[in-house]
Amino acid sequence: MLKKLALATAIAASMGANAADQVEVLHWWTSGGEAAALNVLKDDLGGNGVTWQDMPVAGGGGEGAMTVLRARVTANNAPTAAQMLGFDIQDWGAQGAAADLNDVAAAEGWDAVVPAALQRFSKYDGKWIAAPVNVHSTNWVWANKAIFDELGLGMPLNFDQLVDALDAIQAAGYTALAHGGQAWQDATLFDSVVLATGGVDFYRKAMIDLDEAALGSDTMKMAFDRMAKLRSYVDDNFSGRDWNLASSMVINKEAGMQIMGDWAKGEFLNAGQTPGEEFLCFRFPGTAGAVTFNSDQFVMFAVGDDRQSAQGQMAKAVLSPSFQSAFNVVKGSVPARTDVSDADFDACGKKGMRDLADANMNGSLLGSMAHGHAAPAAVKNAVYDVVTAHFNGEFSSDDAVAELVAAVADAQ
Amino acid sequence: MTSAAWWRDTLPRLVLSPSFVLVLIFVYGFMAYSGWLSMTDSKMLPSNGFVGWENYERLFRLRHWNTAINNLAIFGTLYIGICTLLGLVLAIFLDQKIRGEGLIRPLMLYPMALSFIVTGTAWKWFLDPGIGIEQIVQSWGFTEFEFRWIKDRNMAIYTVVIAAVWQSSGFVMAMFLAGLRGIDGEILKAAQIDGASNIKLYRRVVIPMLRPIFLSAFVVLAHMAIKSYDLVIALTNGGPGRATELPATFMYSYTFTRNQMGVGAASAVIMLMTIAAVIVPYLYSELRSKPGERV
Repeated sequence: MLKKLALATAIAASMGANAADQVEVLHWWTSGGEAAALNVLKDDLGGNGVTWQDMPVAGGGGEGAMTVLRARVTANNAPTAAQMLGFDIQDWGAQGAAADLNDVAAAEGWDAVVPAALQRFSKYDGKWIAAPVNVHSTNWVWANKAIFDELGLGMPLNFDQLVDALDAIQAAGYTALAHGGQAWQDATLFDSVVLATGGVDFYRKAMIDLDEAALGSDTMKMAFDRMAKLRSYVDDNFSGRDWNLASSMVINKEAGMQIMGDWAKGEFLNAGQTPGEEFLCFRFPGTAGAVTFNSDQFVMFAVGDDRQSAQGQMAKAVLSPSFQSAFNVVKGSVPARTDVSDADFDACGKKGMRDLADANMNGSLLGSMAHGHAAPAAVKNAVYDVVTAHFNGEFSSDDAVAELVAAVADAQ
Repeated sequence: MTSAAWWRDTLPRLVLSPSFVLVLIFVYGFMAYSGWLSMTDSKMLPSNGFVGWENYERLFRLRHWNTAINNLAIFGTLYIGICTLLGLVLAIFLDQKIRGEGLIRPLMLYPMALSFIVTGTAWKWFLDPGIGIEQIVQSWGFTEFEFRWIKDRNMAIYTVVIAAVWQSSGFVMAMFLAGLRGIDGEILKAAQIDGASNIKLYRRVVIPMLRPIFLSAFVVLAHMAIKSYDLVIALTNGGPGRATELPATFMYSYTFTRNQMGVGAASAVIMLMTIAAVIVPYLYSELRSKPGERV
């Protein structure tokens, strides 16, 4: 009897010790493909004896999740880690709620392999507070190869060639540009158009430094004119359409192209298509050599001592080369480390990784305005307002430029 | 005073006092806190840096806020006006001692049982040109038919009015029906004996007697109009661009999504003032002791 009691106590004690090796993770990766990608991390940590407590909050590009997070942190009950984008990470760092990952970073050598443009978000005040999971880029065009072959179109290299291609597709009876009329999608278009119109330096001055002269310049007016031109190529029902429905228009040969980030690749792959055979991926004409990126990162929050070891293990696992490769192959994005082999990636993934490495070396790896990596949320939303109002015909290009300057000034 | 009399007087106050204290703190106390926040530089989380009226200045400079207020004026007027009119007309028709009244009355009230989210989502599907009314009528052969208000920046706010009126007119109808039932039959008979035609009867006798109901309906509808958030989000999510933004959706978006809590709190204070402008005179008129009446 006493032996049994002792045995039971021992088991209970050991289970108690394991229960401390637990991570609670807040995220919004709830669609099929995204959840499958996250499972890679769960299994990896499970193999190391760390249990994963999932805390998914669906939808909206993370708005719901950020509101839940705010409530949890204010109640002094922060999760171990939370998925976050761009400036939100810096905001939370400023609140002093994040953990210090410098030990893990030093041991794993993160400073050498993570691109500087990403580190700008992962670190606050010189301390690592987040582990980047992936790098998405937003200046891609996804095209239906059958339509391109049918009309004998080559890959457009500048905006005029893009317009010619769109004209040809439209004349052949297809929808030229598959687009969803939601503010963030209009802004994703805007990212590429501004980068193509003004180049890397203009994009940096206008979107990242928020220089008033750049925002009010003629180059910006030309960008808005080009947005208006692209508007003439979308179909009548574009307003409010979800991005994946626009992708399926291209998949089903109803539309010629979609200008969207590389998460769209997942839709094409899910439909059983192969890059280069049924669909083409190329950079938005005029943006070759530059990458506008957004990067999902897991921010580690300051938690009690008992949870810190599990947290450190999770941070290490997130940036391990094996996880980076496995996760990003499934997710459609590119690893956040520059030293991961591209053997498992498909043609578009390989191109993405090459472009990232080049852009990182040339200093043309730029945060995407549309996805919160160029300016804080207040400014991002102010830009959304102007871009989407202009795209829907509320302003002329001149008015839009004036509005943009005023809106950005007011949001700071 | 006897102990029993003291208890009789004090017991109601004792029973009410916990709720009273809670309401005082959690409703009025937090209203005051929001007012304080509107004067600070709060961005993502509340902070205590005093900035005076700057948030209000910023608020009224925003074109977005202008749109929200205009939309509230359009939506509020149409919603209250049409609901009251429709409710009154339906109540008068139902009051004619028709046969199916027992069936029709709850049927008209059913929309009220739905939450605004359900109403918004259902009407979003009905009004979508690709899958809703336009598509159905076109499939019946009227290929020139168009009804794409919900995608049109100028007309989208009217779709919100349609959905909201559909939801609430049953409720207003029920209020008016109760009022009509409460009218003394003798007065109506006296008017008829005096030679009043039906129209005159309603116009000159019945409707003036329903004045308290008009007031109640106005107060209920007005505060629902100012508070509308879930309907707009479910129906249009702010509309094509920002065309259907209302102050409530504006406040949420600025406080939480855009991390500009100061401006959001300022907009909330403005909303509070608007509601107060409606409710306070109403309360005052209700609580003022009328001649010959004990308050």
